[in-house]
This record gives sequence, C-alpha cells and structure tokens, in this order.
Amino acid sequence: MLADKDRIFKNVYGFQDWGLEGARSRGAWDGTKALIDKGHDWIIDEIKASGLRGRGGAGFPTGLKWSFMPKNDPRPSYLVINADESEPGSCKDREICRHDPHLLIEGALLASFAMRAHTSYIYFRGEYIRERERFQAAVDQAYEANLIGKNNVHGWDFDLFVHHGAGAYICGEETALLESLEGKKGQPRLKPPFPAGCGLYGAPTTVNNVESIAVVPDILRRGATWFASLGKPNNTGTKLFQISGHVEQPCVVEDEMGIPLRELLDKHAGGVRGGWDNLKAIIPGGSSVPCIPGDDCDELTMDFDTLSKHKSGLGTAAIIVMDKSTDIIKAISRISYFYKHESCGQCTPCREGTGWMWRVMERLVKGEADKREIDMLWDVTKQVEGHTICALGDAAAWPIQGLIRHYRHEIEDRIDTYRANHAEAAE
Amino acid sequence: MPKKLIVDGTEIEVEDGITLLQACEMAGAEIPRFCYHERLSIAGNCRMCLVEVEGAPKPVASCAQTVNDLRPNKDGSPNVIHTTSQVVKKAREGVMEFLLINHPLDCPICDQGGECDLQDQAMAYGIGGSRYQENKRAVENKYIGPLIKTIMTRCIHCTRCVRYMTEIAGVEELGLAGRGEDAEITTYLENGILSEMSANAVDLCPVGALTHRPWAHNARPWEMKKTESIDVMDAVGSNIRVDTRGAEVMRILPRNNDSVNEEWISDKTRHVCDGLRTQRLDKPYIRRDGRLVPASWEEALALVAEKLKSTPPERVGAIAGDLAGAEEMFAMKNLMSGLGIKSIDCRAPGEVLHPSFGRPSYLFNSTIEGIDGADAILLVGTNPRLEAPVLNSRIRRRWRNGGVSIGLIGEQAPLTYAYEWIGDTPDKLSELASGSHMFSGILRQASAPMIIVGPAAYTRPDGQAVLAEAARIAAAAQEGLQTGRAVFNILHSAAARAAGLDLGLVPAEGGRDTAGVIAGAGAGEIDVVYLLGADEFDMGELGQAFVIYQGTHGDAGAHRADVILPGAAYTEKSATYLNTEGRTQMTQKAIFAPGEAKEDWTILRALSAEVGKTLPYDRLQQLRAAIYKAAPHFQRLDEIGPHGDDSLNQLAERQGSLSDAPFVNRIKDFYFTNPIARASGIMAELSALKAEKMSTGQLRAAE
Repeated sequence: MLADKDRIFKNVYGFQDWGLEGARSRGAWDGTKALIDKGHDWIIDEIKASGLRGRGGAGFPTGLKWSFMPKNDPRPSYLVINADESEPGSCKDREICRHDPHLLIEGALLASFAMRAHTSYIYFRGEYIRERERFQAAVDQAYEANLIGKNNVHGWDFDLFVHHGAGAYICGEETALLESLEGKKGQPRLKPPFPAGCGLYGAPTTVNNVESIAVVPDILRRGATWFASLGKPNNTGTKLFQISGHVEQPCVVEDEMGIPLRELLDKHAGGVRGGWDNLKAIIPGGSSVPCIPGDDCDELTMDFDTLSKHKSGLGTAAIIVMDKSTDIIKAISRISYFYKHESCGQCTPCREGTGWMWRVMERLVKGEADKREIDMLWDVTKQVEGHTICALGDAAAWPIQGLIRHYRHEIEDRIDTYRANHAEAAE
Repeated sequence: MPKKLIVDGTEIEVEDGITLLQACEMAGAEIPRFCYHERLSIAGNCRMCLVEVEGAPKPVASCAQTVNDLRPNKDGSPNVIHTTSQVVKKAREGVMEFLLINHPLDCPICDQGGECDLQDQAMAYGIGGSRYQENKRAVENKYIGPLIKTIMTRCIHCTRCVRYMTEIAGVEELGLAGRGEDAEITTYLENGILSEMSANAVDLCPVGALTHRPWAHNARPWEMKKTESIDVMDAVGSNIRVDTRGAEVMRILPRNNDSVNEEWISDKTRHVCDGLRTQRLDKPYIRRDGRLVPASWEEALALVAEKLKSTPPERVGAIAGDLAGAEEMFAMKNLMSGLGIKSIDCRAPGEVLHPSFGRPSYLFNSTIEGIDGADAILLVGTNPRLEAPVLNSRIRRRWRNGGVSIGLIGEQAPLTYAYEWIGDTPDKLSELASGSHMFSGILRQASAPMIIVGPAAYTRPDGQAVLAEAARIAAAAQEGLQTGRAVFNILHSAAARAAGLDLGLVPAEGGRDTAGVIAGAGAGEIDVVYLLGADEFDMGELGQAFVIYQGTHGDAGAHRADVILPGAAYTEKSATYLNTEGRTQMTQKAIFAPGEAKEDWTILRALSAEVGKTLPYDRLQQLRAAIYKAAPHFQRLDEIGPHGDDSLNQLAERQGSLSDAPFVNRIKDFYFTNPIARASGIMAELSALKAEKMSTGQLRAAE
C-alpha cells in the first residue's frame, strides 16, 4: 500500500484548500523555475526514465510521446490536455481538476516547456461544469500570481486556455478532440498523420490525459528514480483508481501500480458487497475493456501488463465491481447501448455494427435468440474490431467479447429458459 | 524518391506521396471503394478499401495512407501488401455486410440499378446473404431542390456529396447531421441547394440515395444508347455522353476530360435535355398574311432563294448564332460570299473581337488546365460562375489550394471564392496598366499570372479600348516571365464563337457587323436578314426586313421570321466546335432531328443549289475537307490549333478612349441563355426557384 509520503494527489478528496495557497502548502509550484532551467530535454529524459505510461487508457509511454514532437519546426507546438473524461466508470480527472488544479497547471507548464509549446488547451467534458469553473478559477490565480502567462516568473511564455466541450464521448478520442477544439464536428481524424506531426490547426500537438500531466511536477521534483521505484517494472508509479459498483464504499484512491485487486478493494473500498466470494466479475479499466470473472481475480494485480495478459486492460483504472446479484448480460447490453449512442457515425463498421450488436444483446438479455447467434455476435464484434478509424469500434466490441468468452454458459442458459417458458405458447 | 513495394507478389516501384490504393491499382490489383474519389478530399470512412500490410497490426485503409507512411522493414526489404488475402477478404465481407444491413432491398425500383457501386461490389465482395435479423433503419427523405431526388434510407454515409458540394461546387449546404446510426445527410432546414454545379453530386453518389429527379423512373441504363459528344451550353466545351432511347435524349452525363471539364458538367448542360423535345421546329414555315403556316421544303427554299437573288447583296445581312457548328457557319459564309454579300457576322451585337488582331486576341490562351498553375488571376468584365461554371470551379480549386491572388474588375457577384474587388469601371484597367493600383504589382510579381476578359468587357462601344488596355496589362505582366506562358485570356460564353472567328465570319470590307445589320434592318437599309440560329437580341429592332430563320426552336428568331428552315440541335448532328481555348472538338449524332428538320449544312447546301451558286460539297466529308483546307487545325480533334506568329501587339497598340460606364454582366439568367434552355421546363423551374430565393434573400444569406 502506498505510503502517505509517496502520495502525489494530497487533496484528492477536497478536504483542504484547492487554491494557490493550499496547493503551495502541499508542495506545488515549488522550485518550478529550477526545473525549467534544466532544459527541455532533461524533462523529457526524466519522464522517460520514470517509466510513466499515459493514464488515459492506452498506456503509451508519455516521455516517448513527447519526444516525437519536432524540435525545429516553424509552426507553433501545442499541448492539449484531455479532460473529456467520459468513459463510464472513470472519475479521476474531475477530482484533480477541482481539488488539485494547480498540480495540473504546473504540469501543463512543465510539459509545454519540454515540448517547446507556448500554448496549451485543456478540453473539458461538457458535463463537467463546476469542475471547469473551479479549474478556470485556479488558472486565473496562476495568471494573477504571474506563474503562467506572458513574461511569467518562470521565463517561459505560456498560455493555458480552458475549452468546454459539448458532452460527446467520442471527443475524448484525441483527434476528435482536436476537431472539436477547432470548432468542427467531433469526428476522429485519419492517422497518419499523427498529431505530433500535424495536430491542432495543422501544427505539432501532443494530447495527454489530465493525470499524465498532473503527475509530472512531482516526478521532476522527486526524481524519476523515486517514481520508477513504485509499482512494478514497466508499470511504474502511482495511479488513481476509481472503484465503483458493488463495494461497500465506492471511492477514488491513489495507490501503487500493480497493487493486488483484492487488497485495493478491501483496504480502500470496504470490500466487495457480501464478501470476496460474492464477487462475480470486474471490469478493470472503464466500460470499454473486457470483464474478468471473479474466479480470476484472487491473484489479479492492477497494472497494464497483467491485465492485458488476462485479455483485458488497465484502461483508466476505473474498476467496476459486480457481485453475484448482477445480470451480467444486461450490464454488457447497457454498455453496448452506450457505444451505439456515442458512435460518431463516420465509418461503416462502427456506425452499423454498434446498433446491430446492441440489438442482438437486447435479445440475449431476454434469451429471445438462437444459440448460433452467439457465434454470429462474436463474429460481428470481430468485424468491427480493428476495422475502424478510431478505437471506439474496439471499445464497443471488447465488452461483448469478454462476455461471450467468460459467460457463454449463462447466455445459453438464458436462451434455454426462454425457450422452455415459451414452448407452451408456441404449441 | 521512388519506393519499392510488393503488392500481391508483384514488385512495383512507386512515386512518393501516392496512396496505397493508387499503388495497388498500379500493380493491377482491384481495390473496392465507396467514399474515396480522385477529385475529392480523402474521408477514409467507408472502410471498403482495407488491405493487409505485413507488419501492421490491423488492416489498413488504403485510400488514406500514403506509401511514405509505411513503416520501413528492419532489413530494408520492400513492404509487402496483400489485397486478396483471407484477412482482406474477411474485412471486405464484414464492411459489405454492415453497409447492407440497413440498406433497403429495393433495387428493382431504384434508378441507380445497373450503375450502382453498392450493387456491383456486393456481387463481387459480399457474402451473398444476410445474418441481420433486426428491423432495418428507415430515414426520411429530404427536399434538396428540383434536380436531386433523395431516398435517404439508401444512403451509406460515404459523404462524397458533402465533400463535392463543399470543395468543388463551393456551396456549403450539405452536411452530415446527427451521429452514429442516426447520422443523416441533409441541407440546413431542408433548403434546396442552388448551385450551377449541384447535379454532379448525384453522379458521385455510389448508391441510389441521390438520383436525378428530372429523369426519375424514365429509363434503365442498359436500355439506352450512349453517344459521346460535346456540350454547347457554354464555351467550355464540356465532354458529355448523350444517352438516348428511341428518338429521345433521355439524359446527358459528363465524360472525363482532364484538360477541359474533368468530370463535372453544369446543371444546365445536364438537364437541358428536356428542352430538346419541346418547342421544336419540325417543318418549314412561311409567313402568309401575318401568320406562320407550314410549308414544304421546296416552297420554303424557293422563297428564300428568290429573296436572296432579288435583293442587292449590300441590302442582305447574315448572322450566325451562339450554338452554330463550324460546318454550317463555313457553308453560310461560302454561300453568302458567293452571292457577294459582305454583311456576315458570328458575333453578338457590339462584340469587338476580331480575327485581324490575331488568334491570341480572342482565345483563352493560358488554357483551362493553366488555371491550376496560376498564382494571380485578374477577372475583367466576367462572371465565370455563370458564363462557364465548370471553369469557375477550377478557379475555385486553385483558390482552395492557396497561393493565388484573384482580382475582379466588373460586377460584384458571389463566385464561390474570395477575390479582391478592384472596381467596375474601365478606368480601373488604366490604373492597373499604369501601375498605380496595388494589384498591378501582384500581377507583375506573379510567376504565372492570368487575365481573363469576359463578355461584359468586350461587348461594349469602347470594347476595343478595353481589350487594348487589358492586352497592355498582360504584356506588362508577361515581361520577365521565362516560361513564355500566355497571360491574356478571352472567356467566351457562346460555343460557336471561337470557330466562327477562326473561320472569319466577320463582315468583309464594307460590310456591316451584327449590330450594323440590326440597325440597318430597323432603318430600312437592309431588306433581308438570314439568321443561322441567332436569337440573342431584340427581334423588334429588325424593322420591316424579310427575316429567314434557320434553327431548332420556336424562340425569338422563329417568332419574328418570315421563313423558317428547321435545323438540327447539337445532339442531332455531327458538328465541329472550338471551345474558348480554341480546342477542336466534335459532337456526334445521337438521334435524328425531329420531323422534317435537317442537318444545318445540308439546308445551306440545298439553298445554294436553289440560288444557282451550288456549294462544292455533297457530303459532310467533302465539306470538312474544305474546312480543313481553309483551317487545318480543325481536323486535329482535342488539340488547340497553333497561334502562329501572332502576338497581342496589334491589339495592345490600339488606342481609344475608355468610357466611364461600368461593366455589366451579359448573363441575366443563367438558366435561359439559349433557345434550348428556354424551352426546358426544368431550366424554367430552376430559374423561378433562384428568383424566389433571391427575392427572399435566402440565397444571399446562404452565400
């Protein structure tokens, strides 16, 4: 379990002052100038050495991503911070933005400096109204204290603009976010070109998750080795876990990467409702990753590599816990509806496939289907997965694949029951 | 740097920057596609063109990735692409199935049937059955104007139409509204689209979601005879295909010609074909007691011959109209010259272009393709959007690509691109010539400047002075250009004009020009006027003259005529036309002229025998041989004849005083510019719609 001294987000519950004074008392904005004086490349190297992997879901090494930014480009560079936290189950970025906003602002300055950007945008989810207001207030404080802005005390001109989205899940996809930020319809762009080559307004851009940026100041202050010493190899540092569903005390908590799931649930969330044995399944990383049945959870550790070995993923570390009272088919069907609703409609497999998958799922919930339709549904998810412009197609396909992989027997039972109940009517 | 690729086992070398799709096609592989189109931006959304690239984790949309994007193999070996592997086959089947699950099975009643990409590709790449058990989606149809019929349930969301309207037509009126499976293509509040180029979107639609409303349910593609021909609605000479069934032109489609119209045609070119059926002159008429009564060819020709013989040549005028082919103009010139008649003209009243200034003085010398490389364009007295919509869309594309300055001297109008409005009076030309206006600097510094002079500039009393001033500006802009690029361009609006000027259909020494003939007729100095399809002036000014009208439609000229000789329209004869560049092109006979109407040159040939000056050709080939002897470049189809040693000096040296009257565009109604268009019900509908939108300000707001 993470020691208090190693905590990065010291005000994640908002018990203390969110403002500049409070943040300073917790160590933010301390020696920032000295960090900047060490140079662009030092910061990137330090982040690389820390082993920080992107906290938005894909887990791409952050330092490596920054190093893709061109160094001598006549175009301006941009850092775009993705606060469009829309993945069902995820709720960590809002806590950072409203309770520890200065960590994020400082991180934005340092990250922008590292990639030679003078301008940064933060894109807020449409529903995050209070969060945006709070964050804007913090930005205003930072401007007033001359921590950021033109001719600020750090000697690196830096502007941070807060942009409020309109509440579309797809705008959390980095290129759709850029489209939306440019004032267009939020639809993912084709890649390549990648944002580092041609991003916002056609200029080099890096899009990072809120948490990835907010941990940067602490990594630089305490050193990459400190961060790398936490967690497991290739899965280093601390992570905000968001635990929801059938636990006694749902919560957002910072802990080490690679913490055993059971320890996480027991220590922070009061354990699974009705005891560990009552655990049916978890969705470990937000609604888009496949579920893992409770039987596999005993030794499960929460990190990128272990979870992908279980054919799932850490995602945003939004753990949805389901006990044995859960109708897992119905739960996955609801997730299918979400992806059908949020598909942007741009490319064929996702536009047509999400609706198809949801409709079949709805029938499977009732058992009003044929058993061979399970294989057909599996095939449809495979036709959507990997054939689309962005990862929403994959996100829609994976939960269903997880369901069929682990709970095929339940679906078949449901079909049998339905048949039995309707046999008389049919006769 | 060329790059090596292995596509399906074939090693090829490809240029930098081309897409995988193009590379695969170069290697002979067939890649299915719906959203990709060579002339539009890349959307990459249909996912039909997926191919397998060895080393890539997922199938790759080949339309959207360039060969440069391929990650080089570690050992330096060429990238390997499979287009027929199991992965690709499976992916295509998946996409095809997704496209079809919500597509209605209404092919038997769909106008796209037989030329439907979805139909064809479903046959080639589909699985032949459906596993979809749920209800299909239905989408409400949208009203988007009188030309485009929508059956939106058939839409596969490829967004070709949206990209076409936005990028090529330049009216941002179509869009994809909604998201996911509720996404729909629509105009804002179901406003009708009003663009001169809108119907091309229908050609681009790979399914039957957009079909041509005027032709709805009229014919199937396979039952029509297809004839490749040339359009005469404007002087661009768009390449078209005329589809006919029996004795009727059912539809007109564009044909690809990269140098001229690419694959676009204007709405007028396409939908004028119903005008070929109405108001037609199908037998000769003679005016008796003030009324036109049908007559036989013998009677009509005898009467005309008698009039021509009995009238002194200086009291006869002959005018060729905007749609006349080179053959009949040449025959008319020969006939009239043989009779000693000097007042022959092919130009509109007041038009000052003249072959004596040399061929470059009346042609689009930079060529239409030259627009693509221009970096400064000065428009003088022209509205290309109305005078040559297809050419205008080229200017728009040039503008979209950036790095071009466009200036306009003339009436301000929405041209679908931004331009600097310099003024609307000729004195602005003097400012440019003297270098006192800022735009003259732009022209002089440009490496590929163009000056496009339109009808409003050369059809006015001081037209020669205007042309001379424009020629001087062109000469100044040309100084220092190493390439020897032409700068000076005349934009014609009449299909017949360039050939007429090349053949010398201008008054001989002592003859009267068009305006002179009309005025002379009004003043009683001209007794006989021969109109070869000339309708575009006020017939009331012809006074008491005896008017012979040879043409196709019961339009202005026919109403005024004393004798009507029914001729053939451009779809009913093989005739040579030179477009505004001077490019020789030929129409082909798709159907026969209606009733007793005859091909125009044969009428003139018959008349020549009647007047006793028999023209020396009995067959079209003989007539053409005579033309080729007089003007050899007429035989080189799709080529622009040589300009010889001609330069613009002669034009530039002319002096004259400029008036301060502003340039006024000649085309008042785009949809009514010639007798065929005026006979078309669809053109009338479009004209009324545009007038209504203009009056309510809707159109202006949209623009």
